[in-house]
Amino acid sequence: MSIQEFLIPLLAAAVIAGTPILYAALGELITERAGIINLGVEGIMLVGAVAGFMVAVTTGNPWFGVLASMLAGGAVALIHAFLTITLRANQVVSGLALTIFGTGFSGYLGKAYIGIPVEKPFTAMPLGPLADIPFIGPIFFQHDALVYISYLLVLLIWYYMYHTRPGLNLRALGENPAAMDALGLNVFYLRYIYVVAGGALGGIGGAYLSLAYAPSWLENMTAGRGWIAVALVIFALWNPWRALMGAYLFGGIDALGFRLQVLGIQMSPFFLKMLPYLFTVLILVFVVARQKGRLSEPGALGLPYDREER
Amino acid sequence: MNLKRKSAIFIALLVSLLLVISGCGTKAPATSTPAPDAAKEKIKVAYVYVGPVGDAGWSYAHDQGKKYLEEKIPEVETTIIESVPEGADSERVITQLAEKGNKIIFTTSFGYMDPTINVAKKYPDVTFMHNSGYKTAENVGTYFGRIYQARYLTGIVAGKTTTTNTIGYVAAMPIPEVIRGINAFTQGVRSVNPEAKVKVVWTNTWYDPAMEKDAAKSLLTAGADVIAQHQDTPGPMQAAEEAGKFGIGYNMDMSKMAPKAVLTSAVWNWGPYYVKTVEAVKNKTWKNDQYWGPMSEGIVDIAPFGPMVPEDTKKLVAEAKEKILSNKWDVFTGPIKDQTGAVRVPEGQVMSDQDMLSFDWFVEGVDGTIPK
Repeated sequence: MSIQEFLIPLLAAAVIAGTPILYAALGELITERAGIINLGVEGIMLVGAVAGFMVAVTTGNPWFGVLASMLAGGAVALIHAFLTITLRANQVVSGLALTIFGTGFSGYLGKAYIGIPVEKPFTAMPLGPLADIPFIGPIFFQHDALVYISYLLVLLIWYYMYHTRPGLNLRALGENPAAMDALGLNVFYLRYIYVVAGGALGGIGGAYLSLAYAPSWLENMTAGRGWIAVALVIFALWNPWRALMGAYLFGGIDALGFRLQVLGIQMSPFFLKMLPYLFTVLILVFVVARQKGRLSEPGALGLPYDREER
Repeated sequence: MNLKRKSAIFIALLVSLLLVISGCGTKAPATSTPAPDAAKEKIKVAYVYVGPVGDAGWSYAHDQGKKYLEEKIPEVETTIIESVPEGADSERVITQLAEKGNKIIFTTSFGYMDPTINVAKKYPDVTFMHNSGYKTAENVGTYFGRIYQARYLTGIVAGKTTTTNTIGYVAAMPIPEVIRGINAFTQGVRSVNPEAKVKVVWTNTWYDPAMEKDAAKSLLTAGADVIAQHQDTPGPMQAAEEAGKFGIGYNMDMSKMAPKAVLTSAVWNWGPYYVKTVEAVKNKTWKNDQYWGPMSEGIVDIAPFGPMVPEDTKKLVAEAKEKILSNKWDVFTGPIKDQTGAVRVPEGQVMSDQDMLSFDWFVEGVDGTIPK
């Protein structure tokens, strides 16, 4: 096996494995940029996965499934928004409750859909001439439509955050909501929007698993990917491009493990499973050491905003 | 909004959220009602499942068995409890079931072994059946099936189908049961195609469709053209389907999930055994045996062949199946060599159950290692 024969399928598998994590991480990224931490990603992904699957099976159209997963993910995130923004509940507790809720609720909803195949799942569609570029083509441009949309989404979110006025407001929202309020922006309203939008993206992340990656519905099928997404946002230091690279890195770790086994090299799977979190801790240590204790996390992350306490 | 009112709303919401959560978490025992004119005396039978019935694998197969029992013996009244964690929690659940007047209780996971024994002591007039364990008592028996016999037959299909002489096996955990399955499968493959190799990749999961699919993909890129598996999800079969290659399913017939790929599946069929056990208890002939049922008693089987399986392969499988069903020959009959070529079971000898239950080496023809 030449190095190319080894690397290309490995990297292509990393892109696929990273895509559900990437969607969920982008959702969590904008949520956290708005100053709200949402640990319910795992639950949101599961609800998105089951809602997407149910609608795709019933309508026969996977795009309706994606739409449903966004609505479902957004609806679950709305609970979080209400609890943490309006009622100013503890964000960590609310998020954890949401994960437990989402796990049970998705299982309850999906009961009748187990073992049913989806008629038209998302399948690979090579992207014209781009797919023929040597090396790059097979790695990035021979996947399904949702993968291509995730590329665009990263570009869009990056542009929005760093090159538009509402994007500037988004970043400020997580840094100093009081200043935003003083400028006449509605902090509550904006935070609601970003939390719900983040949930919608988490929903797509789930639907990617149930409609594209392994088209089927099985209880608890996210198997911890929501938590990896949360770690990834920190790993990426709240930057969409780094989230993209991190998602493929984390996704590629399992893919690498299997391919090493095929070559007859044994590597402890427990060690591999630990790596995403180990990387995250290392990045944190590195950044904190270099920037003398200041992490680039949004300044007001996790703090409820109360006008009366300004 | 003043603070008092706010916290009142918050507490109300939290309580309602908790109610929803607990409503989803502890599933109420589902009781199915028998035919209204059942004049005969009812027998209450209970099942404890480790996963949700919806796992599409292990617990699902047991639940299919329960349904078969209800069909065959209409006077049974069954109760199931799903997703019961192994360990102390299960003891409470099993006690509750015994307390509610269930006469036969099936506990369907290895980790229920000690709890079952403990509860059985307190309820001597209840019959307990523990699945896959090794401890018995006056009123506790164990039961399991020789699924390796079914895997041997599926190996024949794989060995006849492969053209690259590389067969991929997506393995779950490095425990004797999984190793035994890989070995039996490989014996089947090599009985019809001594050139073929079975390449093994471990996922260390029972249940992660996406990861198991990717493991299968890594085998496909390495040249495998038939994929077998041990996990409870159809991920590996889907990978084979997408690549235009073939697959061998497990637990139940997986052809619905990958119709173009699945040649056949090694399947569990608990129903007939459940009927037999309930009848034995009814007729007072039940004994506290350690049952490891062979294919001849219907507890394991292979699923119907896919349309792509040719007649001569079917014939080979039928011949081997007949040998297994006669109980005069078993899969691990010597000579059997290990990966180094050393003879581990000499000619004419048959491996003992004890040795099979503690398998920790691969037979010749397996390409892979057992992680320590």
